[in-house]
Amino acid sequence: MDVIHTDVLVIGGGLAGLRAALAAKKRGQKVIILSLVPPKRSHSAAAQGGMQASLGNTAKGAGDNEDVHFGDTVRGSDWGADQEVARMFVHTAPKAVRELAAWGVPWNRVERGPHDVIIDSQKVTLNEADAAHGLITARDFGGTKKWRTCYVSDGTGHAMLYAVSDQTIAAGIPVHERMEAVALIHDGTRCYGAIVRNLTNGKLSAYVARATCIATGGFGRIYQATTNAVINEGIGAAIALETGVVPLANMEAVQFHPTAIFPAGILVTEGCRGDGGLLRDVDGHRFMPDYEPEKKELASRDVVARRMEAHIRAGKGARNRFGEHLWLDITLLGEAHINSKLREVKEICHHFLGIDPAKQWIPVRPAQHYSMGGIRTNAQGAAYGLSGLFACGEAACWDLHGFNRLGGNSVAETVVAGMIVGEAIADFCASPAGDMHVSTALVRDCLEKAEAEFTALSAGQGTEKAGQLLREMQAIMTEQVGIVRQGEALGAAVDALQKLVLRSRQIGLGGRRPGADPELTTAWRLQKMLKLALCVARGAEQRCESRGAHFRSDYPQRNDADWLKRTLAYWPDAAQPLPSLAYEELAIAGMELPPGWRGYGTRDAIEHPATAIRQAEIDAIRARLGEADRHAVQDALMPFRHLLPAHLRGNNARLDESA
Amino acid sequence: MIKLFRRTPASQAPRRLTFSILRHNPADPASRPQLQDFEIEEAEGMTLFIALNEIRATQDGSLQFDFVCRAGICGSCAMLVNGRPGLACRTLTRDLGTQITLAPLPFFELIGDLSVNTGKWMRGTSERLQTWIHNDAPVRLDALEERMAPELAEGIYELDRCIECGCCIAGCGTAQMREKFVGAVGLNKIARFHLDPRDTRSDADFYELIGDDDGVFGCMSLLGCHDVCPKQLPLQTQIAYLRRKMAIVGLS
Repeated sequence: MDVIHTDVLVIGGGLAGLRAALAAKKRGQKVIILSLVPPKRSHSAAAQGGMQASLGNTAKGAGDNEDVHFGDTVRGSDWGADQEVARMFVHTAPKAVRELAAWGVPWNRVERGPHDVIIDSQKVTLNEADAAHGLITARDFGGTKKWRTCYVSDGTGHAMLYAVSDQTIAAGIPVHERMEAVALIHDGTRCYGAIVRNLTNGKLSAYVARATCIATGGFGRIYQATTNAVINEGIGAAIALETGVVPLANMEAVQFHPTAIFPAGILVTEGCRGDGGLLRDVDGHRFMPDYEPEKKELASRDVVARRMEAHIRAGKGARNRFGEHLWLDITLLGEAHINSKLREVKEICHHFLGIDPAKQWIPVRPAQHYSMGGIRTNAQGAAYGLSGLFACGEAACWDLHGFNRLGGNSVAETVVAGMIVGEAIADFCASPAGDMHVSTALVRDCLEKAEAEFTALSAGQGTEKAGQLLREMQAIMTEQVGIVRQGEALGAAVDALQKLVLRSRQIGLGGRRPGADPELTTAWRLQKMLKLALCVARGAEQRCESRGAHFRSDYPQRNDADWLKRTLAYWPDAAQPLPSLAYEELAIAGMELPPGWRGYGTRDAIEHPATAIRQAEIDAIRARLGEADRHAVQDALMPFRHLLPAHLRGNNARLDESA
Repeated sequence: MIKLFRRTPASQAPRRLTFSILRHNPADPASRPQLQDFEIEEAEGMTLFIALNEIRATQDGSLQFDFVCRAGICGSCAMLVNGRPGLACRTLTRDLGTQITLAPLPFFELIGDLSVNTGKWMRGTSERLQTWIHNDAPVRLDALEERMAPELAEGIYELDRCIECGCCIAGCGTAQMREKFVGAVGLNKIARFHLDPRDTRSDADFYELIGDDDGVFGCMSLLGCHDVCPKQLPLQTQIAYLRRKMAIVGLS
């Protein structure tokens, strides 16, 4: 039995995993990172547009602070977010940006004096303060009151990933590449690491660790039309679900990005719209102001994506041989801007469409983009159900994003959560709970069980093909569990997915091959992805309301009275055909920002009786504190700093505020 | 009206494409490197990503290749396309003839078929060249960030855009002869950190890393790297600049 021991096992080599690994390593823990691919290839690299942090350096960012960022994030989440977590996040984001600046990220900087920008299709001249010259600048993104998105042209994720990855190399943290965690080692109460498959030679080994952190990103590949990389299959979340005791939360909360190029599904950044790009229909008409007169193209992603789909259904889509789409027009931004700030977009348009976006419109349609749901954790990133198991980044439901994530908040979450969760992992390892007594029999049993699964799969004599079943699942998810959902279709999707599960037990491979066997890998992952798809579809079928990205045409209202709660999906018995759902209340009584209207989208939520009570309390606290400084008011409303590691609690300096 | 795709006239039948792919599975002692032909029908907007996945799904489930982002951002899918290094994900079949030869990038350790271990080599080079910001000052998380001239930040990003795909190494004459040569990817990284004022290393420090034939003096100026870089990094300029800088250090 091949066993490797470490203090901390981080599963996933993207931004969240790398940053958490660094935090734990700096606290003296021995860390190993597992990654499907070399870390710099991770999907984090694809984040183009930017990272939200309320630095407030620019003319359009003046007056920004944690309070404004918090309000935007909670409204964006359609009140599904954990508000304590949102507070921890907005407070730490400026620190994360500044740390990354020190680590070499070439953030775009403020240039003093006048400069022209496009706002609402008009050329506007902004004047940047002398005092701000050379500080980190920001661009506009959807769903925010201020220009808050810090960026590196449109290669923000790439620049961040390379800087953080280089830091892990400097820290000497080993990355075991082309390795996939296939099961967690656990006894039902404590996690002891993972069984790991080498994707190059197919061999299994056991990684025994005092703490295990899953940071494997999202599961967009359960959808056909997705902006996600091909490695985003959600296996990290699936192996947590398969423990039977760890729940996945809010799996039905799936975000669709408004502007994926059609039909390839490759993302073009929200920065296009943030910088002044427009959406147009078959007639060249700019339609978003008709639906959203306030925020237009810059309403939150769920709202824009839904308006686009409705507009296409109303017969206003343009057509090409692959189907219907709309147009993204960035020609008005000018060649110079596109060549410097939107260069990836230009390259993508050139290579995949053969067009020049400075002269031609880009065909776009919404595609699956982000999974708000994931492994349910507490504010420190500790997973429910198993001691010693942590999660962060898109794989987790920490729950910063609730039912809709704002653009620029996900790359920010990766590093911020990594900073916080990595410290919590180190705390755990340093505490008595971090001590570990694991029997070799348990490790061997887990390894043998995984071996048996692979052996059975590769010996299968059935006639089904994994690739075919995968495509059928992806089609069901896109067609029936997509942007607009409806009870009957969801029920049919759940049935169809269950039939696929049965068929997936009849897979036959083309033959047994030594070394890497891509066909076996696909067949094995399919089983996991079907479970995730069922969690999404079943959760969506049961949630009879519309909230954020989860839109039910048969229940179009947000229903706080009955549904202000988080879905928890468990899979306690491998043989059961569906996940078991439970619900966790979001307590309005503790909220800093009780439910209300988001400032865009529909305005007809079914109110919870506790909302008015809490609002009255908040009004009284604000009246009592009067002119007190904003930190004192915030602390009286909902204290959160005690949840952060001590070194992350300090106030953030701004040009007009000292730290 | 916007011209979306260069359309094939409706009357014209779709092309049959023949892919000759270099097959070898090092894990199988019986495997010998050989070209294997696959035929598929071309579709509109088909990239090598789409074509290879179709071949694997319908003809040979054992075919090994690497894709991650499939959008030209991550650098995973570099391979030799008709003998020239490039990113397979963003290579459209319509830009190629009907006979397409695919082979793994040379120089890197072969994992199987079109898959090579660039990650191992890149990590090794990073460790050798210490490609991270060297600065002992503690990071002040709560304070305003250090200022930087906007054009300098953009200049650093220009060099930071490297995606470590390995094309430059595959296109390099020196790398084929000198196993430890750091190549354009390594030299570009040094240029990037050399340009960055946050890195406190001196020219003499950089000379220690690249001031020899495995570094900047090994380059024969054939400029294959510059020609094949999918990100069009200014490699030629940077290597020439570094050589001049390092020559001064070496002579002083």
